[in-house]
Amino acid sequence: MNKIERLEAQSIFIIREAYKSFRNIGMLWSIGKDSTVLLWLAKKAFFGHVPFDLIHVDTRYKIPEMIAYRDEIARKLKLRLVVGQNIQALAEKRTFVDGLDRLACCRELKSNALIHTLDGSWPRRFYDPQKDAWMEIARAEPYNAVIVGVRSDEEGSRSKERVFSARDEKSEWDASAQPPELWNLYKTEFAPKTHVRVHPLLEWTELNIWEYIEKEEIPVIPVYFDQGAGKRYRSLGCYPCTSPVESTAKNPADIIEELVSGKFRNVAERSGRAQDKDGGGTLETLRKEGYM
Amino acid sequence: MRKGWSNAAGNRRHETGSPSAGRVAASGTPERMNIVITGHVDHGKSTLVGRLLTDTRSLPEGKLEAVRNACEKNGRVFEYSMLLDALEDEQKQGITIDSARVFFKSARREYIMIDAPGHVEFLRNMLSGASRAVAAVLVIDAVEGVAENSRRHGLLLSLLGISQVVVVINKLDLYRYDETVFHAIRQEYERYLESLDVKPVAFIPVSAREGKNIVTPAPETPWYRGKTVLEILDGFNNPVPEEDAFFAMPLQDVYRFSNDNDERRIYAGTVVSGRVAVGDRVRFLPSGREARIASIEAWSAPVKTVAKMHESTGFTLVEDIYAKSGEVLVKVDENAPVQTASRLQANMIWLSGNPLTFGKSYLLKLGAAKVEARLEKIERVLGDARDDMADSSPCALNRNACGSVILRLARPIALTSFHENASLGRFVLVDDHDAAGGGIVLAPLPEEAARPALPEGFEDTLFLLLRKYFPHRFPDTGKRPDPESSSSI
Repeated sequence: MNKIERLEAQSIFIIREAYKSFRNIGMLWSIGKDSTVLLWLAKKAFFGHVPFDLIHVDTRYKIPEMIAYRDEIARKLKLRLVVGQNIQALAEKRTFVDGLDRLACCRELKSNALIHTLDGSWPRRFYDPQKDAWMEIARAEPYNAVIVGVRSDEEGSRSKERVFSARDEKSEWDASAQPPELWNLYKTEFAPKTHVRVHPLLEWTELNIWEYIEKEEIPVIPVYFDQGAGKRYRSLGCYPCTSPVESTAKNPADIIEELVSGKFRNVAERSGRAQDKDGGGTLETLRKEGYM
Repeated sequence: MRKGWSNAAGNRRHETGSPSAGRVAASGTPERMNIVITGHVDHGKSTLVGRLLTDTRSLPEGKLEAVRNACEKNGRVFEYSMLLDALEDEQKQGITIDSARVFFKSARREYIMIDAPGHVEFLRNMLSGASRAVAAVLVIDAVEGVAENSRRHGLLLSLLGISQVVVVINKLDLYRYDETVFHAIRQEYERYLESLDVKPVAFIPVSAREGKNIVTPAPETPWYRGKTVLEILDGFNNPVPEEDAFFAMPLQDVYRFSNDNDERRIYAGTVVSGRVAVGDRVRFLPSGREARIASIEAWSAPVKTVAKMHESTGFTLVEDIYAKSGEVLVKVDENAPVQTASRLQANMIWLSGNPLTFGKSYLLKLGAAKVEARLEKIERVLGDARDDMADSSPCALNRNACGSVILRLARPIALTSFHENASLGRFVLVDDHDAAGGGIVLAPLPEEAARPALPEGFEDTLFLLLRKYFPHRFPDTGKRPDPESSSSI
């Protein structure tokens, strides 16, 4: 087995372990390449089925193609898709576009929307694949655990994550007091009311993700590729805070070339993401509060 | 041809439809290795990793400059460790708190360097990192010499079964690369490691801060003719799965997804040894049930007839049988060393603030099995006499202590010794909701040995007394009753 096959097998093991261990589990799907690989791995793990909800936090400022792609895939794969949104912050114009600083905007539209969608305290929009219809759920059951596609090589605090990582009642992460996690004998026993983040992709790098997308021919959203304008997105987020990179890569093989020996050999993946740049520890601060 | 998302539950592509199947990844380095960096606090582990990243040009552009600038702005001296200590608390305190996964590539392969904390308070984090590694670098500060955690980490590596070890003696620039300083430390530490049966492949004199003998040989140490740190790492090997080893797979789960008229009952798990093929007859342990493999299932993959070690797979059986997650599958026609036992002898480390004690119930996790376990005996506490681990009393295993113990399980599970199979021979103990300890199985033990040793003739005397005082229940039939059927006593 080569390294990609090993990574695949290890991630499938983790996803199965998570599904076995939690009564009410979901998977975060940001529409980006990492969580789309995660969706692919879930279909591998469960032999074509996706036996849990996919959860998307819609900030309303996502790159427009993302929402179209999301809805198309959900319909095609008959996914149970749950969408959460901070409706109030949007209505009261508490956003970066309306003058709020970036960090506060991430906190409102992403962290808070995520936390309250997961705990069921805010309404969820739900796509029912059997009826091919959207509906609103006012008071939903909280998720005990969510599977999230973060990777260690993205950012410092993510390099220190556990595979099964607990959040307390306030969704907060105590990065300095994590339990031991030996071999693949993950601790899946948690006190009641603990919320758990499961991270099957921690040992994957950006390069590994693209190697897997190429090997498996996974149809990721096309905004990752140059459509002729000499630009493409390397990392997806909200359009006011995410810029495309100059690149003529038109397929996964071109991107792998760029990462291995080309122009992005030594350029950080999230260099197009503005919220990482406002001083050290910003993403860590967000993550401690509940960001993914 | 694009494969795309397929909705068919049992989607199978045929070999011809898979142009890229089995192809080596395009980066040209099909291999990945996990290495842990261990040693006492402040001996320079993070500095060594930071230096390796810098000198192999693995850092993102501008990262080094950004950290240097930040130091200048805050009036601090630049340290290579600052590249790694990413948490705010770590940067403030100048120590590593939790293991970090750091990625870099050499000409030979991809690496994950696991930078483990050296502070004793964060031993659980060091172990979490080390348990993912196949090789280790032990860093020793030439000024301080062999310290408490140099010894403790050596012991833990031997306990985790990590046999590929290199010792790096750091900060030799402070002694102007004096050969005698290097040799004195080497001698002391080598003797200690020998007592643990750990045989390092090399001892390397380095200065991590100055980048000496890290990726290029240093002219300052003409007396050292060995390899650099990077050369030694590249010389380590990932364990190669033995092609003809016995088949074993812990049963992780059994799936029966009824949507889309999927009728399959799939027995899923990750193969931990050997291989299994369609048509093979398998036995589930400990239940002993047997069945024949009907198909090996996979989504969006060529039709498979064999599943091999490390694969996360699943199959259907010709005879649908009732099997529970936690059992271990072996082949009926193989003499697999997988045993069924409810007692085991183990070397373990305890990490919780509440000591491991007698009379308390814990949850043991091994393979996919979960079972209630109790401490039966502490045979000895492991560690150096000068080490505070030796102070723990034999009636409990205190935090951060290692010991040889016997554990008794509430029911039998299938397992092997760690030596036979790593995955079926290691375990963790959960105390309430706390992952409290872990260890490796030295040997599964038979049930009989657990019975207290009775004085010679005790059983006969007892039986005579019972017959004398309870003649109606123990009629004189001329022979002793079967002990198994005398439960009415």
